[in-house]
Amino acid sequence: MTPLLSVNGITKTYGTHIGCADVSFDLYPGEVMGIVGESGSGKSTLLNCMAGHLVPDAGEVVFDTRADGPKDTVTMSEPERRMLSRTDWAFVHQHARDGLRMGVSAGGNVGERLMAVGERNYGDIRDKATDWLERVEISSDRVDDRPTTFSGGMQQRLQIARNLVTGPRLVFMDEPTGGLDVSVQARLLDLLRGLVRDMGLSAIIVTHDLAVVRLLADRLMVMKSGRVVEAGLTDQVLDDPQHVYSQLLVSSVLQV
Amino acid sequence: MIELKDVSKTFTLHNQNSAVIEVINDVSLSVAKGECVALTGASGAGKSTLMRMIYGNYMTQAGEILIGNVDLVQAEPRDIIALRRDVLGYVSQFLRVVPRVPTLDVVAEPLRSVGVSSAEAEARAKELLSQLNIPERLWSLSPTTFSGGEQQRVNIARGFAHAYPAMLLDEPTASLDAANREVVLSLIEQAKVRGAAIIGIFHDEAARDRVCDREIDVSRFTPVAA
Repeated sequence: MTPLLSVNGITKTYGTHIGCADVSFDLYPGEVMGIVGESGSGKSTLLNCMAGHLVPDAGEVVFDTRADGPKDTVTMSEPERRMLSRTDWAFVHQHARDGLRMGVSAGGNVGERLMAVGERNYGDIRDKATDWLERVEISSDRVDDRPTTFSGGMQQRLQIARNLVTGPRLVFMDEPTGGLDVSVQARLLDLLRGLVRDMGLSAIIVTHDLAVVRLLADRLMVMKSGRVVEAGLTDQVLDDPQHVYSQLLVSSVLQV
Repeated sequence: MIELKDVSKTFTLHNQNSAVIEVINDVSLSVAKGECVALTGASGAGKSTLMRMIYGNYMTQAGEILIGNVDLVQAEPRDIIALRRDVLGYVSQFLRVVPRVPTLDVVAEPLRSVGVSSAEAEARAKELLSQLNIPERLWSLSPTTFSGGEQQRVNIARGFAHAYPAMLLDEPTASLDAANREVVLSLIEQAKVRGAAIIGIFHDEAARDRVCDREIDVSRFTPVAA
């Protein structure tokens, strides 16, 4: 099987400071990979390099495109990469307002992604948007409301609907449950897991919440000072961590 | 079906003066199709550790663990994921689920993930839940709020939903009343009849004598203090 995403030697420095260094892995269709590590360990830098938001200093991010097969997204043309990020990729930001257009209605936020890939029939767009709002448990009578009137959890679910409506194959998530209270987190996790299974999505989730990766991710990478110090099956890394830093990370979690 | 060759395991605790604990040394064993083998030994002998190694949950430092033709010690994460989905079942002592997911879905999930239709998976889940005496009014609720015994029965229902060719059972009859214990033992017997290779830990001696064909005392693999 061809990997959906193949990351080879990604390195990004900020001046003399290392963002992330020499990260490589393959992600296969349907796999969910978690990236954990403390603040400043390079998780978000890596995620942004993969998603085309940052240009890495070295390395390649090879994505298995629908049309042409595996292609390095770092060196592909800007329009090509932009098309990918509208169709096959989705990016869920930690702060929903970074991923939403706050001045546009909820339905408009979802419909905009559809229009970006060429849908033009107003009725179809509205139907699809309403359908997706319901799938993320936002009642259809809120379709014309702006996200500014939504709670944090609802904004996050709206962002997910906006991202998934075009049927992407790969979703990048940056702390998707960060800043939400635990009952809302549980609801979001349940939703994400259902969507990942039903749509056969692959996902890369950056988080510092080990409980989130245990429930969502098949595989786990532990980062420290910009480097991957341990990688493997999620439950193996969490239950029998090998590296000194992973052991510290796992043993530092407070038991509830 | 399950074969271990010269398997050893050590824990290195980097943050506790780099203590190295040798847990298991040179285990070789094999379990054939339709056979149930009990792991025995005092608490701390390494029964659960060995079982977790066979599931790929714990890293194995040396040797080979073959399930069918996959060596878990060398396998890539995605091969282990596929193996756990299709071939290797594990009933642990604790139920770990996403909050809010209804019991019926928790039990049907292993079947759905091997491609069984939703209707068929749900029918099988219902059948198991009623066999294990989980009242129907609880099926639509998340098991996170259930009592310990109920959670364990949900866990067993989930573990037996798909007909795995190889199964690991960690104290499947602990904390169950006589009627439910009987149900679990007959589920194990049925699994043996259809050809599953089973490794189990049973503190319940009568249960062990009834379903297990052989016993392996794990304490003989425990390294002698150096």
